[in-house]
Amino acid sequence: MNYWMILKISLKALSRNKIRSALTMLGIIIGVAAVIATVSLGQGAQQQIQEEIASLGDSTVWVRAGSRRSWGVRSASGTMNTLKVADFEAMLNECPAVKAVSPSARSMAQVVFGNQNWNTRIEGYNELYPDMRNWTIAQGSFFDDSQVKAAARVAVLGNTVWQELFAGSDPVGQTIRVKNLSFQVIGTFKAKGYNTWGRDQDDIIIVPYTTVQKKFLGGALHVESGLVQAVNARATYAAEEQIRALLRQRHRLGPFQDDDFMIRNLSEIAESAEATNRTMRILLSTIAAVSLLVGGIGIMNIMLVAVSERTREIGIRMAIGARPSHVRIQFLSESIGLCLLGGILGLLTGIGISTAIAQGLGWPTMISYNSVVIAVLFSAAIGIFFGYYPAHKAAALDPIEALRYE
Amino acid sequence: MQHLINSLAEKTPSMDRNGAAVIALHEVWKIYDTGEIRVEALRGVSLEIDRGDFVAIMGASGSGKSTMLNILGCLDRPTRGVYRLDGVDVSTFSPSERADIRNQNIGFIFQTFNLLSRTSVWENVEAPMLYSGTSKTERTRRIEEALQVVGIPEKAKALPNQLSGGQQQRVAAARALVNRPAILLADEPTGNLDSTTSEEIMTFLQRLNAEQGITLVMVTHEQEVANYASRQIQMKDGQILTDKKT
Repeated sequence: MNYWMILKISLKALSRNKIRSALTMLGIIIGVAAVIATVSLGQGAQQQIQEEIASLGDSTVWVRAGSRRSWGVRSASGTMNTLKVADFEAMLNECPAVKAVSPSARSMAQVVFGNQNWNTRIEGYNELYPDMRNWTIAQGSFFDDSQVKAAARVAVLGNTVWQELFAGSDPVGQTIRVKNLSFQVIGTFKAKGYNTWGRDQDDIIIVPYTTVQKKFLGGALHVESGLVQAVNARATYAAEEQIRALLRQRHRLGPFQDDDFMIRNLSEIAESAEATNRTMRILLSTIAAVSLLVGGIGIMNIMLVAVSERTREIGIRMAIGARPSHVRIQFLSESIGLCLLGGILGLLTGIGISTAIAQGLGWPTMISYNSVVIAVLFSAAIGIFFGYYPAHKAAALDPIEALRYE
Repeated sequence: MQHLINSLAEKTPSMDRNGAAVIALHEVWKIYDTGEIRVEALRGVSLEIDRGDFVAIMGASGSGKSTMLNILGCLDRPTRGVYRLDGVDVSTFSPSERADIRNQNIGFIFQTFNLLSRTSVWENVEAPMLYSGTSKTERTRRIEEALQVVGIPEKAKALPNQLSGGQQQRVAAARALVNRPAILLADEPTGNLDSTTSEEIMTFLQRLNAEQGITLVMVTHEQEVANYASRQIQMKDGQILTDKKT
């Protein structure tokens, strides 16, 4: 028997009821589109988290001052004046697992160059910062230790700030104004892009931390946080323990007193981002599964209608020699055709949605070959699963009864 | 067609193939038992039809003539008794095997034409060959030939609802003949046609029988139509009342 011709008969039957076929496919289209969008969003985010951990250096640890507690009300972390620059120097000297440290101080500020201005983060570090966080200098240079000691008013611009203030022209040697103080631009960073939380990592100005303390924070000697790099990724945990022991000793904390500082490593932060990401994916997958189920039931429903509408046709086909299996194949290929077409349209929609999300919201997406194959196979499977019962019903018809059907 | 009859013979090798009878019913019963009502539609019918016969089966409604035609056409199977088609007992065949018999050995013409709606004449005639796996070139050749035989070669692209009743019945005949069956079964072939067209169709069927030697079994309740046949069988209450050659 000629299967190709039977397939053609099925496609013809579908094209006769275009609106009905389109509405029936809608559930599958939405389901598959949701699957594709979910998978590509999830994979994009996951890949970015991994890249980010690599770029941050998975051996770095944040040390922050503890939060102030007054009458049981806790303020934000970093509000206690417990962490001193000397603490960081001690970590470098006394903890064997620590390779580099940089105290940090930050502020938000309006930055002006000529007639351009821009609101951005001013972060202060020492001269080791680019190595610790894998930043690369694009133009000019980073500041050195003498400039840190001298609290020099020098600034290195993130790519976004450079673009906004200088519109791409050479900034090295130019003077910008931050909170009415003039800073000399000595270099720019290569772009890093958005991080997992959607923050623009290039929207930043790095200056010596001493400058931030003296000029913006009124000469404070304490620091709210600092960056510590372990000798390698495996030593991160050991470094944390050594820092904790050292700081408790230096801050003279008794055995029953809480830490007055916090240590967080970046993989923990990445994990929490991954957890949020996972929740999002579960939610979207549930939507996808439900709409595929509803779509499948819609297919079954419409195929049952088609079988009873075309009972007479089935009778005629049986009379002229269609075996029950021929009738079954004809109706199965109709439902598979519906689902496959819906699956392909859903695939295109899903790719469209992912691309739109990637471009519009700046979220990372990644359309994988696997998800495409899975979407197509899955929609065919739905066609078979939900199409089998109606097709079986058609095949089991008695030819005489079917011929008499009005 | 020959290969199928050969395969039929293989299925029942011990069966003796008696004479020229292409159809042989032996003590055939058809009982519909719904639990509450028991209807004996056929009550021990025995009948032989020779190759090349033109038989008209007559009788009032409820006489069992349609049931008998359904059994002869392998659309239905007898409750009891034996039906030999070309010497092969087909009364125990499975639905798929009966579908193959209908496809290869039997052609149907119905009172209501039963053409596939919204499907062109060409595709209607082509349909039986899709189930027998005939090649594209062979299909084209046979469709052209069949439409020539029934006299409407110019209507190949038309849809059934664009044709007159007589033309539709000719398309049905072309479809019935396209797989070159040995037997043509007609159920009230002129029931939906006016008298002029009826005459046309009956003359055509008669010619088909005379010139191509096709065995024709026709159910009708009109004596005029039955007169075209060479043998008339009267049925009543599920049994054969009279059986005469004209």
